[in-house]
Amino acid sequence: MIEIENVHKSFGDLKVLDNVSLTVKKGEVVSIIGGSGSGKSTLLMCINGLEPIQSGSIRVDGIEVHAKGTDINKLRTKIGIVFQQWNAFPHLTVLENVTLAPRKVLKKSKAEADAIGRKQLEHVGLGDKLDVYPSKLSGGQQQRMAIARALAMEPQYMLFDEVTSALDPQLVGEVLDTMRLLAKEGMTMILVTHEMAFAREVSDRVAFFKSGKMHEIGTPEQIFGNPQRPETAQFLASVL
Amino acid sequence: MFNYTFHWRPAIQALPQMLGGAVVTLQIAVISMIIGILIGVVLAVMSGSSSKILRGIAGTWIEIARNTPALFQIYMAYFGLGQFGIHLDSFVALLSGIAFNNAGYLAETFRGGLRAVPATQVRAARSLGFGPISAFRLIVLPQMFRAVFYPMTNQMVWAILMTSLGVVVGLNSDLTGVTQELNVKTFRTFEYFAIAAVLYYLIAKAVTLGARAFAYRLFRY
Ligand SMILES: Nc1ncnc2c1ncn2[C@@H]1O[C@H](COP(=O)(O)OP(=O)(O)OP(=O)(O)O)[C@@H](O)[C@H]1O
Ligand SMILES: [Mg+2]
Repeated sequence: MIEIENVHKSFGDLKVLDNVSLTVKKGEVVSIIGGSGSGKSTLLMCINGLEPIQSGSIRVDGIEVHAKGTDINKLRTKIGIVFQQWNAFPHLTVLENVTLAPRKVLKKSKAEADAIGRKQLEHVGLGDKLDVYPSKLSGGQQQRMAIARALAMEPQYMLFDEVTSALDPQLVGEVLDTMRLLAKEGMTMILVTHEMAFAREVSDRVAFFKSGKMHEIGTPEQIFGNPQRPETAQFLASVL
Repeated sequence: MFNYTFHWRPAIQALPQMLGGAVVTLQIAVISMIIGILIGVVLAVMSGSSSKILRGIAGTWIEIARNTPALFQIYMAYFGLGQFGIHLDSFVALLSGIAFNNAGYLAETFRGGLRAVPATQVRAARSLGFGPISAFRLIVLPQMFRAVFYPMTNQMVWAILMTSLGVVVGLNSDLTGVTQELNVKTFRTFEYFAIAAVLYYLIAKAVTLGARAFAYRLFRY
């Protein structure tokens, strides 16, 4: 379970998260929608401790992410995150990209890590690209590799930050298919997305952010069919 | 007007001795490069740190290494340290002087190379659970070395040529030292130094070509 309680976060004078609270239960898929600069990416980075918070608390499986004594590296192995820019490690082959962390962080043997890597790469449809360097892959393939890389850590949670935004339109579908598959398999996920139809289809709940505040959260039917807040309705009218 | 007759035979006969000197030259260059690379990486990281003191130390080193004659740097290692009771033999003094110079130049090169690795690479590594040091070692460094590989090869060639300065601290076992001793004994200056120059050229070329082949194998991505 991810429990976010009254989180405040600023960059200097700029308030980026303003009293955000959100609980995501095991197996749940929560989408976050909202305009540019509303704090969506920042929230994901606060969840795995890549960004500090000023007040409030974030707990993952009961562990305080931002407490001083927390072993953040260990906690991060439970939380996979995939960014808009896929950040393939260019000097490693596809299989090495995926097995590096299982080997060096989880201390798995090469054979064990390779087995996991192959499995995850097949999972995302890259089983035939193991020994290729990322520069030879399309954007969609690199993004799926990044998903496999996160999954190879066998995380309990997956965070996705606009993973299709930097892709050519014809490559969006293959990445969404991969995420759809994960949702179906019961992975707990938080996804920031501009793909409204996709959010509506896969989410258990959808949260709407504006200027660092979570204005509304509810079922996809509520958010997209019958929004309770004028800001939500306004935003949806502008993007749909 | 021109009555110098060339006598190549004695010079050719001295070739094995000179090749021995070339080996010492190469040894000094390689060891000074290894030390220079290790210190250079540390200095490059220090110069990007938030601590003023660390930045100051790195900055001073880089400035002195790059803006004073290599000859003085070697002198300092031999005579300068001697004043403080640290007596290095000529081999070690030459090695230290060149390593000091290498570290300064390489640090500046590495600094540029580090900037070529996007911060998002570190973020991706950290998000997989790598600590800051493993992220640097496994993700940043390999990419940096690719970016700086050719300037690094240049420094290696420069290090080989700098070893010739060993004569000023009395080194007689490297290529220039051996050549100088032969010269003093025979006064066949031109012949010996011509052969030495050819040997320097061949070593430098071999290093450049070898590095290129190595890079081709290493950087297949
Ligand atoms: N490292 C940073 N330093 C300073 N300001 C930042 C930093 N990162 C983000 N911001 C600012 O914080 C605000 C929220 O940014 P964030 O990236 O979380 O928004 P977002 O909702 O993900 O937007 P987008 O849809 O464009 O990705 C923005 O105004 C942004 O400019
Ligand atoms: Mg964002």
